[in-house]
Amino acid sequence: MSTISKEDGFVVFDHVQKSYDGEVLVVKDLNLYIGKGEFLTMLGPSGSGKTTCLMMLAGFETATYGDILLDGKPINHIPPHKRGIGMVFQNYALFPHMTVGENLSFPLEVRGQSKSEREANVIRALDMVQMVDFINRRPAQLSGGQQQRIALARSLVFEPELVLMDEPLGALDKQLREHMQYEIKHLHDRLGVTVVYVTHDQSEALTMSDRVAVFEDGVIQQLASPSDLYERPENAFVAQFIGENNTLKGTVKSVKDGVATVDYGSGHLGEAMAINCGEAGTAATLSVRPERVDIGAKSNAQAVDAKVLELIYLGDHIRCRMSVLGNDDFVVKVANASGQKHLKVGETTKVSWAKEDCRALDA
Amino acid sequence: MSDISVPLVAADGTPLRKKLAQAMFKSRMRAFGLVLPLLAFIIVAFIIPIISLLWQGVHDPRFASLMPRTTEVLKPGDGKSEPTEKMFKALVADLVATKKDRTIGQVATRVNRELAGARSLFTSSARKAKKLEAPFKQSLIGVNKKWARLDVWQGMKTSSRVFTPGYLAKALDFKLLADGSIVREDKSRRIYVMLLLRTMKISLIVTLSTLVLGYPIAYLLSTLSVRTSNLLLILVLLPFWTSLLVRTTAWIAMLQAQGVMNDLFVLFGLTSDGERFSLIYNQTGTLIAMTHILLPFMILPLYSVMKTIPPSYVRAAKSMGATNATAFRRVYFPQSIPGIGAGAILVFILAIGYYITPALVGGQDGQMISNLIDFHMRKSLNWNFAAALGLVLLVIVMFLFWIYDRVIGIDNMKLG
Repeated sequence: MSTISKEDGFVVFDHVQKSYDGEVLVVKDLNLYIGKGEFLTMLGPSGSGKTTCLMMLAGFETATYGDILLDGKPINHIPPHKRGIGMVFQNYALFPHMTVGENLSFPLEVRGQSKSEREANVIRALDMVQMVDFINRRPAQLSGGQQQRIALARSLVFEPELVLMDEPLGALDKQLREHMQYEIKHLHDRLGVTVVYVTHDQSEALTMSDRVAVFEDGVIQQLASPSDLYERPENAFVAQFIGENNTLKGTVKSVKDGVATVDYGSGHLGEAMAINCGEAGTAATLSVRPERVDIGAKSNAQAVDAKVLELIYLGDHIRCRMSVLGNDDFVVKVANASGQKHLKVGETTKVSWAKEDCRALDA
Repeated sequence: MSDISVPLVAADGTPLRKKLAQAMFKSRMRAFGLVLPLLAFIIVAFIIPIISLLWQGVHDPRFASLMPRTTEVLKPGDGKSEPTEKMFKALVADLVATKKDRTIGQVATRVNRELAGARSLFTSSARKAKKLEAPFKQSLIGVNKKWARLDVWQGMKTSSRVFTPGYLAKALDFKLLADGSIVREDKSRRIYVMLLLRTMKISLIVTLSTLVLGYPIAYLLSTLSVRTSNLLLILVLLPFWTSLLVRTTAWIAMLQAQGVMNDLFVLFGLTSDGERFSLIYNQTGTLIAMTHILLPFMILPLYSVMKTIPPSYVRAAKSMGATNATAFRRVYFPQSIPGIGAGAILVFILAIGYYITPALVGGQDGQMISNLIDFHMRKSLNWNFAAALGLVLLVIVMFLFWIYDRVIGIDNMKLG
């Protein structure tokens, strides 16, 4: 998705700051424009400010400074119940004293819909998540995955244009979580609602989102599509946080046409894409994805010595931990293909990577 | 698949069920051993005394065992015909015997409960009974002509019943007659039902006031941070560390005519010095003091239930478009009902049996049924009647408990 300007953003965070105690900023000058119908994920470690942003959008927290706009209107002073935003909570927050049907009917009741209207809408929403048969059950009689679906249906039943999800899959086991990821994704595609999704699970973010905002320390480190985020991280934090990554420390010797020549120390020189590194003489972090490293010297690539420290058999590939240029946690994924050379622990070999796959980032 | 009709056996061939019982036996015995001391204590110090005391409410063998001959001859009578010579003879013989055993006092006290003034009649006649000669009817009436009165004999007949509904009847403002029938007390003598109703009314008002006062406090406590809420909780619990007597006496200092509250009312011009409110030694005093004393019993169960209600429920309700009031009424309140139930039943049951506070600050119209039980236990020494009153109170509480179970469900009650 191309970048969205402040003017045509459906949800706009305009220079938003948030502090709880007047001393520390939990959210620092946030500018984020979310397009209509977009699936945007706020991803980050706990304490990075992503949930606070969601709560400000929902209206449960007030911004200390700045404006939040929904469909062009500032909503800072609109109470949560008048914002018309659907929300899915971490532990579902299904009302335990009501049946599934009553839970779904609740938002329609407070909107003053007639009984027949309510019934039709409840059935329609339950049908969306294939849970019509459970209409008379209580939440306690449902499994985690079923509760999740009901929570989803409840957030959508009053047809909000914006739905917020606060780590909704956190309590599910891995398999169910993956299944629900697709289900939520398909629902989003079908209904076209705007979704703002908060998670600390990067694979969840990559699977579902149109764009991902990576939060760290109250600041968006990078806002990009999943593939850009993975393949073109803009700084060392994003490179580390998204997927597996090998980092090497070095000093920039020169930068020319977007390619940096880097001194890894002890006389090793190498080339890397100059993404976010300083001028010549400054320190830089070099980032290479494990699957982009080859065993053995390739002709068009830079090769360095590597000592095998550990081999872990993972079926389709072998995870090989090596000592490369002083980094003892350098990981290479060796495909378990026929004709592939078998490595042994303690063996010394060469590894190489293309300069396009090595990114010079901030130190 | 194993055949269902064949019982499963353990590896050594014994049936699995038996093996399991053997394996569980030791742990069961250990569990039983752990509770045994308390169980024994409760049985000896609690259950047996309560049962034996309540038993006295319907069982009073004193007259029958001390006056066996009189009891025997009174048995066939309907309590309406004139006493015969045979009856007088038996009575005199019993009077002589009880005078000799020095048990005549007990007999006199017992009959006095049925007929005021009977005590002196019995004790004085017993002194002279030894010298009386046949015909006993004439000679006894000669000693005291009250013996000719029918109600004296009716009183004895009523007293001679070993199992008697008389005390229970009296506790409900009924009267047991000599012929075994039960009738309402005279209007001027009906006090116990009124007192029971007043006791329930006071308990109900106290329960409602503690709920109204305690609910917001408990809510506040449940929403604050652990540090702050613990501090406030200590303040709630503070009264528990002070003697009940001290707290009640403190209320006397606060509420009396020249006390702190009235001084403040006068100061702020709410009343004039000459017309100070009477806040104590009446029902108002009982209500104020009991509400204060029982408040923690409402707050604690409410707090422990509210603490388990995640804030996300109310947030969810609001995100779906409910106003604060609707979110509270439809989502928060229903989930706090188990706490309300537990707190209300705790406060109500404690209140219905309260007696120190009403005794000290209640005055005349602030007395409760327990104060009367206390009176009969310690002053009039009519333990049988005290037991009957206690039994009535117990039945009422059990009945209310049953109603509560039917309406709200006892398993819906949560203390923490």
